[in-house]
Amino acid sequence: MEFIYYFGEVFTPISMLLLIGGTIGGLILGATPGLSPTMAVALLIPFTFQLTPVHGLILLGAAYTSTVAGGAVSAILLKIPGAPANIATTLDGHAMALKGEGAKALQLSFISSLFGGIFGVLLLIFLTPVLAEWALAFGPPHLFWLAILGVTVIGSLESNSVVKGLLSGCIGMWLATIGFDDMLGVKRFVFHSSLGGGVNIIPALIGLFAIPQVITMFAKGRFDQDTSRIEVKKHPVGAAFKEVFKRKRALGIGTIIGSIIGLIPGVGGQIAGLVAYDQAKKFSPEKAKFGTGHSEGVIAAEAANNAMVGPSLVPLLTLSIPGSPTAAVLLGGLLIHGIFPGVDLFQNYPEVVWPFINSMLIGQVLMCIFGIYIASFAARVAQVPKSVMAATVLGLALFGSYAVQQSMGDVYVMAVLGGMMYFLERFGFSAAPLVLGLILGPIAESNFVQGSMIANAQDGPMIYFFSGTLNIALIAVVVLSVGYSAWSEITSRKVV
Amino acid sequence: MNYLQHRISSGIICAVAIWVCWISFTQKPAEAFLFPRIIAVFFLLLALWTFAKAMLGRSKVGNGLSMAAAKNLAPGVAITGIYIFWAAKTLGFYTASIFAFFILLSLYDPSPNTEFRIWMKRGLITAAFIAIMYALFAVVLKVYTPRGMFI
Repeated sequence: MEFIYYFGEVFTPISMLLLIGGTIGGLILGATPGLSPTMAVALLIPFTFQLTPVHGLILLGAAYTSTVAGGAVSAILLKIPGAPANIATTLDGHAMALKGEGAKALQLSFISSLFGGIFGVLLLIFLTPVLAEWALAFGPPHLFWLAILGVTVIGSLESNSVVKGLLSGCIGMWLATIGFDDMLGVKRFVFHSSLGGGVNIIPALIGLFAIPQVITMFAKGRFDQDTSRIEVKKHPVGAAFKEVFKRKRALGIGTIIGSIIGLIPGVGGQIAGLVAYDQAKKFSPEKAKFGTGHSEGVIAAEAANNAMVGPSLVPLLTLSIPGSPTAAVLLGGLLIHGIFPGVDLFQNYPEVVWPFINSMLIGQVLMCIFGIYIASFAARVAQVPKSVMAATVLGLALFGSYAVQQSMGDVYVMAVLGGMMYFLERFGFSAAPLVLGLILGPIAESNFVQGSMIANAQDGPMIYFFSGTLNIALIAVVVLSVGYSAWSEITSRKVV
Repeated sequence: MNYLQHRISSGIICAVAIWVCWISFTQKPAEAFLFPRIIAVFFLLLALWTFAKAMLGRSKVGNGLSMAAAKNLAPGVAITGIYIFWAAKTLGFYTASIFAFFILLSLYDPSPNTEFRIWMKRGLITAAFIAIMYALFAVVLKVYTPRGMFI
């Protein structure tokens, strides 16, 4: 129950201000089609430089939680999911809005997000320290395999093609080796002066997530504008709470499925929402109503995608393996503040980690309160024209990547990686494994080098890296995750 | 499905992988390139696999870039390139941002270009954007951005 001692930090004026600002900002960003939670968190990271690590993380945590929930606004009112996690919400949410129940659908989505989210964060609170203690047994070879596991799991699960997913991970790991070698100070792959200091994570994150979105908006052209807005009629909040309690089964299914899926590294909220929706439909006596504007559909999907948020941070904080692409960006945020997640995180930085986790608990409540009251305003924001959105994101990307080290080199790296990622995405590659390779590459390399030195003094690298229960278990998980994804791809007649 | 595009893109990736492999195995000292060598081998194997699939016409993931999309994005990408690689440093971040924002807004805004009211609206949105960026970066975060000819 250590976390209780650190609640005080969350209620300081600056923390509360950041929490409220992050929540409102996240809701608005989430409601804006095209701005995914991953991209929103990546764009926010440069603003955390001026803050202490704990305050920076509180801001990022609040934004992560509320962008996922805010995505429901455009999913319900415009039938455009604000984030991939909200795809399932469009199925019944938009049908409800068409029937004049837009406000009710929004209230149901925020209330079910609250319950799902709180359950997910409680899971994070109680599971993380247990796993962290277990992770103390990890040495350099295990940490090396864990880093490889992180890249392969996201590479094989987040991509439509296993080979292209793994190739993206390799490209990311290669990008991480650019710059000066830590051990010998040797220049590696520095073919332009901008790369002298290596590829900085933050400009890379901004480029890889924001620039492809900007170019996608350009590619849609001048006259591709989205649907008209649906009027949001008033609906009593108390009635929405009663409706959620009446639909306990859908809420429970969404919460449990979201939490379990969140714990599995690499499986995103998009899958959580869709699986929960499908299961809620299967177990519902009113199956036929699903898809026609049934409240259970919205409740299950939204409870699941917010329940996924907390557990997706469990493997990140204990084993340095992000559970989702947004968690991968959060890992970047932790690293730039000098905090290395893993075995001794809770021993070395309890004053940072616990207020961060506690703030996510409070953030869920704020998200529900603000979500309900600013939903109709957020709906207007969701209609910001693509031209304004593209130009704004581009400006933020330029200023944000420059602000990191006040270097034009970072801006060029951001632009080149962003342009490259847009074209790679057109050919089936995805940004998440590339980012993970970039983030986990240095962790893999440092543990590989350290492990090799120990191995040379002992029985040699083969025995050191390939023997022992933990090594074999980790290698088996790497092989299984790649094998399972390849098998799924072959059986679903996709090309590897 | 554009097979030619798949062949070109996977060919480029393959060429990069060969270059990475070449550098990793030829540069000295070898100890500094030990980890990059492992990465380079997997990079090359996966790139060759992707290239072979593309050459055999079996790349089915990713739709490539249509001519219509290429035509739509070309002016935006050109403006973005000029903005980031030339104007930001030469004219100054804020001046370049004013031009880039206004031009991109005008290029991709579906409203008719013949109405004065629309141009005024675009100008006001640009002014609001720059004011927010200035307040955020210059006043709050105190980031000193390149000044160039202007600010």
